[in-house]
Amino acid sequence: MKKTLGVYIHIPFCARKCAYCDFLSVPAKPDIQKAYVEQLTEEIRQSGEILGGYEIKTVFFGGGTPSILKADWLVGILESLRTEAAFSEETEITVEANPGTVDKEKLLCYREAGINRLSFGLQSADNNELYSLGRIHTWEQFLESYECARKAGFQNMNVDLMSALPGQTAAGWRKTLEKVLVLQPEHLSAYSLIIEEGTPFYEKYGGHPNLLPSEEEERQMYHDTKEILKEQGYERYEISNYAKQGYVCRHNLGYWNRTDYKGFGLGAASLLNNVRTANQTKFWEYLKGNREGSAERLSKQAIREEHFFLGLRKTEGVAPGEYREHYQELITRLKEQGLLKEEDAKVRLTDFGIDVSNYVLAQFLD
Amino acid sequence: MAAVDQSKIRNFCIVAHIDHGKSTLADRIIEKTGLLTSREMQSQVLDNMELERERGITIKAQTVRTVYKAQNGEEYIFNLIDTPGHVDFNYEVSRSLAACDGAILVVDAAQGIEAQTLANVYLALDHNLDVMPVINKIDLPSAEPQRVIDEIEDVIGIEAQDAPLISAKTGQNVDEVLEQIVERIPAPKGDPDAPLQALIFDSVYDPYKGVIIFCRIKEGTVKKGTPIRMMATGAEADVVETGYFGAGQFIPCEELSAGMVGYLTGSIKNVKDTRVGDTVTDRNHPCAEPLPGYKRVQSMVYCGLYPADGAKYPDLRDALEKLQLNDAALQFEPETSIALGFGFRCGFLGLLHLEIIQERLEREYNLDLVTTAPGVIYRVHKSNGEMIELTNPSNLPDPSEIEYMEEPMVSAEIMVTTEFIGSIMELCQERRGIYLGMEYMEETRALLKYELPLNEIIYDFFDALKSRSRGYASFDYDFKGYVQSELVKLDILINREEVDALSFIVHGASAYDRGRKMCEKLKDEIPRHLFEIPIQAAVGGKIIARETVKAMRKDVLAKCYGGDISRKRKLLEKQKEGKKRMRQIGNVEIPQKAFMSVLKLDDKK
Repeated sequence: MKKTLGVYIHIPFCARKCAYCDFLSVPAKPDIQKAYVEQLTEEIRQSGEILGGYEIKTVFFGGGTPSILKADWLVGILESLRTEAAFSEETEITVEANPGTVDKEKLLCYREAGINRLSFGLQSADNNELYSLGRIHTWEQFLESYECARKAGFQNMNVDLMSALPGQTAAGWRKTLEKVLVLQPEHLSAYSLIIEEGTPFYEKYGGHPNLLPSEEEERQMYHDTKEILKEQGYERYEISNYAKQGYVCRHNLGYWNRTDYKGFGLGAASLLNNVRTANQTKFWEYLKGNREGSAERLSKQAIREEHFFLGLRKTEGVAPGEYREHYQELITRLKEQGLLKEEDAKVRLTDFGIDVSNYVLAQFLD
Repeated sequence: MAAVDQSKIRNFCIVAHIDHGKSTLADRIIEKTGLLTSREMQSQVLDNMELERERGITIKAQTVRTVYKAQNGEEYIFNLIDTPGHVDFNYEVSRSLAACDGAILVVDAAQGIEAQTLANVYLALDHNLDVMPVINKIDLPSAEPQRVIDEIEDVIGIEAQDAPLISAKTGQNVDEVLEQIVERIPAPKGDPDAPLQALIFDSVYDPYKGVIIFCRIKEGTVKKGTPIRMMATGAEADVVETGYFGAGQFIPCEELSAGMVGYLTGSIKNVKDTRVGDTVTDRNHPCAEPLPGYKRVQSMVYCGLYPADGAKYPDLRDALEKLQLNDAALQFEPETSIALGFGFRCGFLGLLHLEIIQERLEREYNLDLVTTAPGVIYRVHKSNGEMIELTNPSNLPDPSEIEYMEEPMVSAEIMVTTEFIGSIMELCQERRGIYLGMEYMEETRALLKYELPLNEIIYDFFDALKSRSRGYASFDYDFKGYVQSELVKLDILINREEVDALSFIVHGASAYDRGRKMCEKLKDEIPRHLFEIPIQAAVGGKIIARETVKAMRKDVLAKCYGGDISRKRKLLEKQKEGKKRMRQIGNVEIPQKAFMSVLKLDDKK
């Protein structure tokens, strides 16, 4: 049986950059988008040999805003992938979409091409918050796009939300959750806003943490999220991700489980046979065909560390397995500190451990 | 070399306030007298430690001999002895001055007389040197040479009307300085046939030659084979080489005779044997008595130096030993701290000396150091009549055994423009200064005289002085003696554990204030932990101040996108790396810089 593979495809275009975003994305005209798609297709074609050895389990179009592309270009990328590698009936194929960039026609086109999962970047159900985040859409536009997707036949949908926004209260956040829950999406991502350097938000809030919700409020929102979603039948399966039974995002789990994945496009990262590579991050260089970026063969130590600092993001935890002896002392200490729990031969973060996950995960670096 | 005609020798030094252009003038003199071409000159030949050049100060005395062909057609030998420029090195300065017959006083044409100018001039006059004023930086737009000339005459009381008006930077009128050196600085005296009497004004250690003694021959003659003895230390040697100072090199010569400045070697192993100020004599024909003025240099300021990485302890010891070869004023002995592990209690001439040693250890020996709060030597008189000199606060005996304590005092002179007199007096008051008087130098400037406890000025007094006078105040001090004082030991408790490396001695009246500031500062320095950390200041077991580092509630990573793990790893590694620079005290991790940042507590910035 062939090894399984996750494929990530990066589409670095946005109608406009959001105020908090530090991912690789640029606004671009259609002819440049087209040139990029051609380069991406070429990259896939040239990776035929690698892809041929795998069965593709998941495909994820991320961005930027993949849905900004013309539907037939995006479908074309998927087709070239199908030419080079084997897919199965169950292959999870996700496209990230921003409200306002999809219509009925585009969505039908996606369905026809076998795309079976849609991830909407909503972030907030409050139009004022959306405006201050620099989003291009309103709550109403989202509703329209969402309904459109349901009508087109999407039965596996995610909604991305963001908490701890400037000026947001725990009550405001609950309101966003309640509004979204009326729609009963199969999957929800809820991240806390992190102020990243080099973003307009950093300029505005970097030196003024008092303008943001306090840590106490932020944790309140996080704990509320878990409670509210649990009542509605969602399980938290990863620090910031919630799903109804059977709808976890298999692609993202692959990152935490360290199964092989191959990324295509600007800055895309791959893990193949314990070698981590990343593509060129300069757009114009990539467009010229200079795709190579960094490559690192993981040492035994790095693999061991990753096993924990990635695996622990899953709420089911991670089996220490062959590394138990190496980390036994640390695991015992973290358990004593109330940061880890151990059940069924797996260690996992406690609620407190999740609150300070950065601290806990860093302990596993030797 | 033919016998040198004493009348053709000029031994002199240059004295100045910091930044008034002493080293630049020295460079110009060397260049003009033709020892080096300007192309060969690395700027400021005499400041040859990297650190000296960076800080623009002279740390070790430097000496150079040049030959000047005067307008009268005669050739003169100039021995320029460059003196250290900081109050920490006052004793070295005084010995260097004792090796000279005259001094050039450099005064900045824009700034006029400053505290150090005065201190150095008085020192030169004390040594009966003829002082020859030079007005420098006349090329500056703000130069007021006539005002400065008048000031020199009024304040110092020396003739200055024919002082050369120069720009050492551009070389303008430096020739006039050279001529005046010939005319105004007296030639040395002394009998070449008398018993040897030579003053040591510096020494350096050379791995091949052993100690190289810098000396001024007052009487007699020394040459290869002369059996010598240092009269104070009693160390003996046979001279292997004599010579004089080229620029950055030693040039051997047959002999050194009365009036000359040069060096001698004799396979001496340690600079401790060749103390600055000691007299070298011929042990077969000793002189009747040593030259006056020798004293053993005493460390004034002590602190603990610890390697950041405990495994580097032997490296630190080696480095200190090597530095000590060239620096008899540096003292150290091993000590152990519960908080910091193995290290050394080190003694320095002053805070600048401390900073220099610390920086040299870090740069030249690549050591990462943790420094504890510098302190002075307290005298603890115990009830049983015993007196101990306390250099480490942790060694303070139980209060019940202490009769009383004494602390060192200095007399300080602060030169300040009148508009800042108020704020500087306030500062001195806060530092327990005793006002002695004030003299107006001219309408806009005054000299404030205070008696201050040394421990109040070693922390951040100089910084505070500068910041409260917008950089205009200058400062000089002299050790005065010990006085009885109400001193207490202030302890810092972190998470209820006493941190020995943070304890220090403080005056009872300042204990509360200092304790509160320490706690506030530490609160900012100590990162949040998973639990709440009380930071307390205590005197004799009684808590006098408290702050709390709140428990960490949240520490989460950003979204990890598209499987880009490397970024996440970097973040975690950064966090982990930060930990390595921490000291574990109980279950609290304290960043190393916390041990040092608590020294700067003046909050009137």
